[in-house]
Amino acid sequence: MALSTEESGRLAALLSGQDERVTTRWTEIVTSSLRGRLSQAELRRQVQDLHGAIVATGEQGTIDLSAEGAAELRAALSELSRGRARQGFSATETTISIFALKDVLAELVQETGGPSALQDYVAFSKLVDEMGLFTFESFVRTRESLIADQAEQLLELSTPVVKLWEGVVAVPLVGTLDSARAQVVMERLLQTLVDTSSPYAIIDITGVPAVDTQVAQHILKTVVAARLMGADCIISGIRPQIAQTIVALGIEFGDIATKASLADALRHVLRLNGVETARRQPRRDA
Amino acid sequence: MERVPILKIGDILLVSIQLDMSDQTAVQLQEDLAERIVATGCHGVIIDITALDIVDSFVGRMLSTIASISKVLDAETVVVGMRPAVAITLVELGLSLNGIRTALNVERGMELIAAAHADELDYQLDDDLDAETATP
Repeated sequence: MALSTEESGRLAALLSGQDERVTTRWTEIVTSSLRGRLSQAELRRQVQDLHGAIVATGEQGTIDLSAEGAAELRAALSELSRGRARQGFSATETTISIFALKDVLAELVQETGGPSALQDYVAFSKLVDEMGLFTFESFVRTRESLIADQAEQLLELSTPVVKLWEGVVAVPLVGTLDSARAQVVMERLLQTLVDTSSPYAIIDITGVPAVDTQVAQHILKTVVAARLMGADCIISGIRPQIAQTIVALGIEFGDIATKASLADALRHVLRLNGVETARRQPRRDA
Repeated sequence: MERVPILKIGDILLVSIQLDMSDQTAVQLQEDLAERIVATGCHGVIIDITALDIVDSFVGRMLSTIASISKVLDAETVVVGMRPAVAITLVELGLSLNGIRTALNVERGMELIAAAHADELDYQLDDDLDAETATP
């Protein structure tokens, strides 16, 4: 929905003619809608940027948001919505900054009057709508990329492999285990087994909220893969409810050792390794 | 034709597979290994597959055959150095390499064979001891 050359010219003239007044009024409207979550000065700078971009595009000739000439305007709009998305504003609070221009334009057009006033206002409104939609889209895009980044970080963060003892590593699983995470856990565990040449691995599922057949399948695959490489896996941290679910679902862990707590699992491994743990007289200070 | 070298380290024969196995190389390796076990009287065979990117059903079957042959000749077989990616693929394919012992690396493999052999020796000595005490 492009503005014709005359309409663009008139819009540019209207906006640049009363430069100071337009930006002040625009800032006022936006400030009231954001309820003081952004400083007046910051908002004013954003509004001035947008104002400048619209005027500059309008003076060139036709304003068409999808055309080559409007690159500056598009950049200004995406800049605004990216900033708002990162600061945690809602979509409404972001697009309202654009739609506020309508109110300003309505006041200006009313004052100037003239035979083409209504027609101009309708055309300007369409442009503002288009700008609003564009802002909304870049807002959503920014949010989506944020979510994707966070999901990736979560995947990285949530699967540490820790060394418990010489030749014993443990994976404390926290959160729901889906296929993607199970794959990451499996790869990282097996790689750590090779790197540290540890013959024992403990998979601790204390932090896994529910164990269904799929999760059990993933864990079993990991254990079998570790066995193929010559390492033994012990599953620990099985809570009472989970033990009941496992039995109710008929999941068979076969000859894989399962322990109630990580401590039990470690003691089991140490015993297999021939390490004896004994209680000594506790040391008393003073 | 390429041949897989067989190295003797103490009481153990070490086979490091560094090339893609074909039917011929596999058969040749089985023959060579059987001969060497008999000639040296070794009690352990370590097959190192660190260099293998792909272990398919063919290689899996070859490993099983070698293990069975060695077993008949009273030698323990341990497959060592399987890569994580290879292990994952095998699990996904549902191949489990039944009857083959595995270890993380050559060092662990040697420990495993030494331990198994020591157990056996103990057992035999106990038997001998029992036999001596039984007959006055």
